[in-house]
Amino acid sequence: MVSNNSSHTTHRHRDDVGAKLGMWLFLFTELLLFGGMFLAYAVYRMKYPQQFHLSAMEMNTTIGTINTIILLTSSLTMVLSIAAIQKKNKFLSIIFLVSTLILGVLFLINKYFEWGHEISKGIYPGSEVLLSKDNGEILYFGLYYAMTGLHGLHVIIGMIVLLFMLVFIINDNIKWDDYVKLENSGLYWHLVDIIWIFLFPLFYLIQ
Amino acid sequence: MANGTAVLADKSFYEEGTTKAKSGIAAWIFSTDHKRIGLLYLFAIVTFFIVGVIIAELIRLELIAPGETIVDAETYNRLFTLHGVIMIFLFIIPGIPAIFGNFFLPIQIGAKDVAFPRLNLLSWWLYMTGAALALTSLFLPGGPADTGWTFYIPYSVRTGTNVTIALFAAFILGFSSILTGLNFVTTVHRLRAPGMTWFKMPLNIWALYATAWIQVIATPIIGITLLLIIVERTFGVGIFDPTLGGDPVLYQHLFWIYSHPAVYVMILPAMGVVSEIIATFSRRTVFGYKMVAFSSLTIAFVGYLVWAHHMFTSGLSETAAVLFSLLTFVVAIPSAIKVFNWIATMYKGSIDPRTPFKWVMVFIFLFSIGGLTGLVLGSLATDVHLHDTYFVVAHFHFVMFGGAGTIFIAAMHYWFPKMFGRMYNEKIADLGVYMFLVSFLTLYFPMFLLGYNGQPRRYFDYLPQFQTLHVISTIGAWMMLITLTLIIWNLINALRKGEKAPANPWGGVTLEWQTSSPPPLENFEEIPEITGEAYDFSKLKGTEYGLK
Ligand code: HEM
Ligand SMILES: [Cu+2]
Repeated sequence: MVSNNSSHTTHRHRDDVGAKLGMWLFLFTELLLFGGMFLAYAVYRMKYPQQFHLSAMEMNTTIGTINTIILLTSSLTMVLSIAAIQKKNKFLSIIFLVSTLILGVLFLINKYFEWGHEISKGIYPGSEVLLSKDNGEILYFGLYYAMTGLHGLHVIIGMIVLLFMLVFIINDNIKWDDYVKLENSGLYWHLVDIIWIFLFPLFYLIQ
Repeated sequence: MANGTAVLADKSFYEEGTTKAKSGIAAWIFSTDHKRIGLLYLFAIVTFFIVGVIIAELIRLELIAPGETIVDAETYNRLFTLHGVIMIFLFIIPGIPAIFGNFFLPIQIGAKDVAFPRLNLLSWWLYMTGAALALTSLFLPGGPADTGWTFYIPYSVRTGTNVTIALFAAFILGFSSILTGLNFVTTVHRLRAPGMTWFKMPLNIWALYATAWIQVIATPIIGITLLLIIVERTFGVGIFDPTLGGDPVLYQHLFWIYSHPAVYVMILPAMGVVSEIIATFSRRTVFGYKMVAFSSLTIAFVGYLVWAHHMFTSGLSETAAVLFSLLTFVVAIPSAIKVFNWIATMYKGSIDPRTPFKWVMVFIFLFSIGGLTGLVLGSLATDVHLHDTYFVVAHFHFVMFGGAGTIFIAAMHYWFPKMFGRMYNEKIADLGVYMFLVSFLTLYFPMFLLGYNGQPRRYFDYLPQFQTLHVISTIGAWMMLITLTLIIWNLINALRKGEKAPANPWGGVTLEWQTSSPPPLENFEEIPEITGEAYDFSKLKGTEYGLK
């Protein structure tokens, strides 16, 4: 048993630089994943500029703006949580991480109302109202639901990851001298934020 | 360093596991040891390959006579789709990197494991999940997909077959591929043994490294594209469907932006293995080492810019078509650099034509035909004539099966003694090589003629004048079945009854030959220190390998 364990531990060496390299590569693949959708957006916008303009007028810019502020703030609290753990302040780190999570929840609640509003107007995939519109508008809303939907899914995944990090901080698996997991989760959270920064103008501001 | 000086371990990784369970299936399917994971992949991938071959035999049987022979048109569509999906996503894309990359990448750079062993295990589980999903699509109501492996819009949003499940399966398989790629890139950057600088790495590592980058960069595009069809099918969201304003040609672009680079995910690792085998059996350092290494990276890069050569008949603008045709010709240059350097390596080498070397010869022959007919298809004027005919079917089988598939078998024979610690019967193995060449040409060469004369692909029926060539091809398929059975039987037999393999049966000089066969759990008794270049055969002087 003992010898088994020792071979186990020599096996799992620690390499923070490697862990971060892996994470950056992963973020890169995420960017490309969304990149495919941005490409589709660009192509269809060129094809149907008029209808994209019309549809964008229907968006609720206020909710979009609030959500942008929420996500930007959550990125800040994320950074602060990492800074706190570096300064050996476990308590503060937990507080900031929980704030990040709460902001994530707020974002999703907002999103829920926003989607609910569109749906109550009868605009959802396959609905009669939508199908009676022009092709360009159908595409606009198709992309709107697909892109913000996939983004929302990423917010949820990010929050699940952060929940795990919270547990790790609490039971000292993440400490002031070993916090690459938290840093990597932070990077992921920033990515989710950055993608929103692009979605926001494309769907809400460019009219 | 020949096996005389190597310190050999007394316990192999088969006796020592990374899990608590020392034996039984749990010691395998939960193991984070890269060697065990490589063998898990081997088992799964070979199984799917056999399934793919059996389906292909049914396809060929249907084509033995015009009209309905054993299946109707509908079933035929499902059969070639299934054959294509299995061969592409379950066999040839993961093939060499997942099995031999996993097993040998860490060993060849002198590492104990990959950078993220647990992620590696997750990749295998994802692979198995994707495969299981693909198989469930067979049995659920609706039946297997009938779109062809390319899932072209708009048919793929209309058909009632289980396309959604097949797409989701391909998505998960893509995810598995991305994680493997990410793992390998990080491993090469972070875990090279002391002294193993970039230009001391074996060329196999360069090839795997370039491949891993393609996996990381290209796969997400297909991931999102397939996901979008799923969303379109399930929720009726308008994205590609032309009745909702979508653009099917946009789908084709997105699909091929991945799927052309995927061709290099299949062939680059094979080229890496070829460099290893040629060096070992010529007892010479690879001629133009740096050029061969860089050509891997060049292929990975230029391979990105040629995707629309699959779409010459889809309504590209003339400028775009000419440009993509030109770039397609350019991509042939780095491949040719490799072939010429391999031949220069053999020149004046002391060649020892053992089984793996013979496979490589078959590879060079078949792959050259595949590559040159690729140029025929890359030229605009001829492609308009040959597009979607059996000429294309012949071309891609020469490249994928004659190229990557052949090297898959070559790698199996090259590293078999290292992986399993046993030798196989080389006479039977050599017989397998000859039979393979003959069956392969009988099976696929008639397809060039069929296509040239106008036989379209993906049809269960044909005009009577094509029958002779189709019958020859079907006979070739039977010969291929016998050949593959012989090859696999020979290896299985070796597992049970083969002689014990020495640490260095071929006289190779890369690191895997300096540890015992099979290697110990952490690959080396001591982490090796690298001083010379990768293929320095002067180390072998005066040993039993026949060097003066
Ligand atoms: C015994 C071996 C094999 C035989 C007899 C065989 C036969 C065939 C035939 C006759 C077709 C054309 C079907 C049609 O267009 O109507 C086909 C398609 C195809 N084969 Fe094979 N094949 C074999 C092995 C392989 C291997 C090893 C690979 C890949 C590495 C492969 C990949 C494909 C692909 C991608 C298609 C296209 C499917 C589609 O049109 O969607 N095949 N095969
Ligand atoms: Cu291509």
